[in-house]
Amino acid sequence: MAQLLETTETHPIPPLKVGSFTLHSRLIVGTGKYANDETMNRALAACGCDVVTVAVRRERLIDANGKSLLDALDTSRLTILPNTAGCFTAADAVRVARLGRDILEQLKNPGARWVKLEVLGDKRTLLPDPVGTLEACRELVADGFEVLCYSSDDPIMAVRLRDAGATSVMPAGSPIGSGRGISNPSAISIILELLKDKSAGGDPNYPVIVDAGVGTPSDVTLAMELGADGVLLNTAIAHATDPVMMASAMRMACDSGWMGAHAGRMPKRRYASASSPWEGVVTHIPGE
Amino acid sequence: MQITVNGNSETLAGPSTLEEVVVRFRTSAAPCAVEVNERLVPHSKRTQVEVRDGDRIEIVTLVGGG
Repeated sequence: MAQLLETTETHPIPPLKVGSFTLHSRLIVGTGKYANDETMNRALAACGCDVVTVAVRRERLIDANGKSLLDALDTSRLTILPNTAGCFTAADAVRVARLGRDILEQLKNPGARWVKLEVLGDKRTLLPDPVGTLEACRELVADGFEVLCYSSDDPIMAVRLRDAGATSVMPAGSPIGSGRGISNPSAISIILELLKDKSAGGDPNYPVIVDAGVGTPSDVTLAMELGADGVLLNTAIAHATDPVMMASAMRMACDSGWMGAHAGRMPKRRYASASSPWEGVVTHIPGE
Repeated sequence: MQITVNGNSETLAGPSTLEEVVVRFRTSAAPCAVEVNERLVPHSKRTQVEVRDGDRIEIVTLVGGG
């Protein structure tokens, strides 16, 4: 066994460039819904991420402890990606993006340069409002933000957001927090083709990150096998029975999916293809 | 002078800068961002802004999110 391990080849996964950022992990992980800070930090370490998302909210002025997420997170090591969750208009999303940037500038965290843009349609579905998202994307790009745009899995919307200057388009696998995985792999494939395939006017280096809906490691692997550059998730780890073990599983799933996509899969066939040779069989083969 | 801080009505005894209001109402030492009437006041400008009667002030921080 020891000898086997020594001869096992490793295939380092290249870092992911997203605008001016270089991500060494292709998992971007949320910081919401954890039972406590210790579990969150152990899960973040286990999944290997170097970027975490956060939300901007009113400070609880009556909290005598004065506890802040910023006290729990290692902001010297982690790049913070502030989101605009909870915004239902372009104007509010722009407001919240600027608030997040102001805090991260004080922390001297590189995350001050970017934002995860969400403009939501309604509270029940949390599906993106495409019109508001496009409007906010344009305004934030003009204000100097690198905009990572949460979108539906609509391929034409993805192209529109790319054309509006989004640094990355992040189609949803399925609704936020639903854990339903990649509902429409064909739509994600078309988005990847339109944004990344030169023959379709795309750029192979344009980052497409599947955001939202992931429930299991295999969902992450599928997204990566389809050709996504990364996956953003939160609830699948935070609401696992063992978040730290699930975080490790997500890390391996992401690596597996990337390698699976780049190793070049075998062609699918309509019929079987025997792995053992026919030559030399000693048995009777029906029909021969 | 009556102002609103994070949705709560508050009374100020006399003239105050935004920075003074922020220091008075916060308990955390972590960085925060501040809006007056839905417009961001950059952290470097808080000492230069005088709070006015009726101002709606939002003091925000970063929390866990996805």
